[in-house]
Amino acid sequence: MVSEQTIWSLLKRIPDPEIPVISIVDLGVVRKVKFYNTELHIEITPTYSGCPALQMMQDEIEKTLEKKGISKYKINTVLRPAWTTDWMSTEAKKKLKKFGIAPPEKNIICPQCNSTDVEVISQFGSTACKALYKCNACLEPFDYFKCI
Amino acid sequence: MTDALFTYVLRLADDSLILSQRLSAWCYNGPFLEEDIALTNIALDYLGRANSLYEYASSIDKKLRTPDDLAFKRNANEFYNCLLVEQPNGHFGDTIARQFMIDAFYVTLFSFLKNSSDENISAIAEKSIKETIYHLRHSSKWVVRLGDGTKESHHKISHSFNNLWKYTGELFINDSVNEDLKKKEVCVCLKDVENKWISIISEVLTEANIKINDKSKMSYGGRLGNHSQDFKQLLDEMQYLQRTYPDAKW
Repeated sequence: MVSEQTIWSLLKRIPDPEIPVISIVDLGVVRKVKFYNTELHIEITPTYSGCPALQMMQDEIEKTLEKKGISKYKINTVLRPAWTTDWMSTEAKKKLKKFGIAPPEKNIICPQCNSTDVEVISQFGSTACKALYKCNACLEPFDYFKCI
Repeated sequence: MTDALFTYVLRLADDSLILSQRLSAWCYNGPFLEEDIALTNIALDYLGRANSLYEYASSIDKKLRTPDDLAFKRNANEFYNCLLVEQPNGHFGDTIARQFMIDAFYVTLFSFLKNSSDENISAIAEKSIKETIYHLRHSSKWVVRLGDGTKESHHKISHSFNNLWKYTGELFINDSVNEDLKKKEVCVCLKDVENKWISIISEVLTEANIKINDKSKMSYGGRLGNHSQDFKQLLDEMQYLQRTYPDAKW
């Protein structure tokens, strides 16, 4: 029988549909993986209430499980506790920065030149989880992953 | 209890869906790109919240309707959103004034509902309040920027607030639905919400140099299913596809 640990590592390979450099596990969307007898229960939580990627994540999880030959499973969406960027792993934050997105931290640093001389262009960005910033040192605009 | 609870959840859900539908109409019409993105992002948050609330409402509906049935197959008189959210977008200042008053309302209401004895309501409130605090930051900055901006922007947004003011009374009416649920600590006394709401509104309006002079009588009815002609047009457009091709799927 497949262990819960194996399921976690399988899910860790599923990329976030909007930011493919991090996985849905890194992002903190997968909350629980547990076998009840032979049935696998997975709990996921949306980053934002209207996150359009959640359905896609669920589809990807289903595909991954079925590929592994697991057919008895339940995927539930839970709202509590509410998702927070605190759940994002340090490793994920490093990957975000490398990808050109300033990670969700209080001190916002330009992902291109590491300057802290940055300013907000718009509180809202291309996806629900990001805001638009610009760096006053290197003049490049960049996405910032909002802290919530 | 279930009837009052069902109606209460629908009121919250309908507020979110209708406001989301209104805000979505700004897509490609925003005053500039970043603001277009901001308004549609907010619309998306409200749509997601509506979905969570309709799922809950559906689970306690005696008529066993699905969340989509609730959104797309009810008639205007079966919608319980407040009149404020259905007011037309008007110009950008009108939309911002409406948004600011609603954001302040929901930040306040959810801060109480987080402790609701109803598990589902408290979970949705806990999730949504984080987003709404962010929305409120956005809308209040705009209120100050426009109110304290040029002569024209000041004039326009002052007019927006005075026009919309008559729809705010309805937000704080305690009726049998609230009274019933208040006893079970599912919801709170709306007068307590009103006091906190007023203090948020006054602080921002003072900073923005906007005065409310409107003395019109408050308009009520949305919470009981009585809506404006504008609302019926909104509903016609929103429900068109499901009404014309029932159960059509993507």
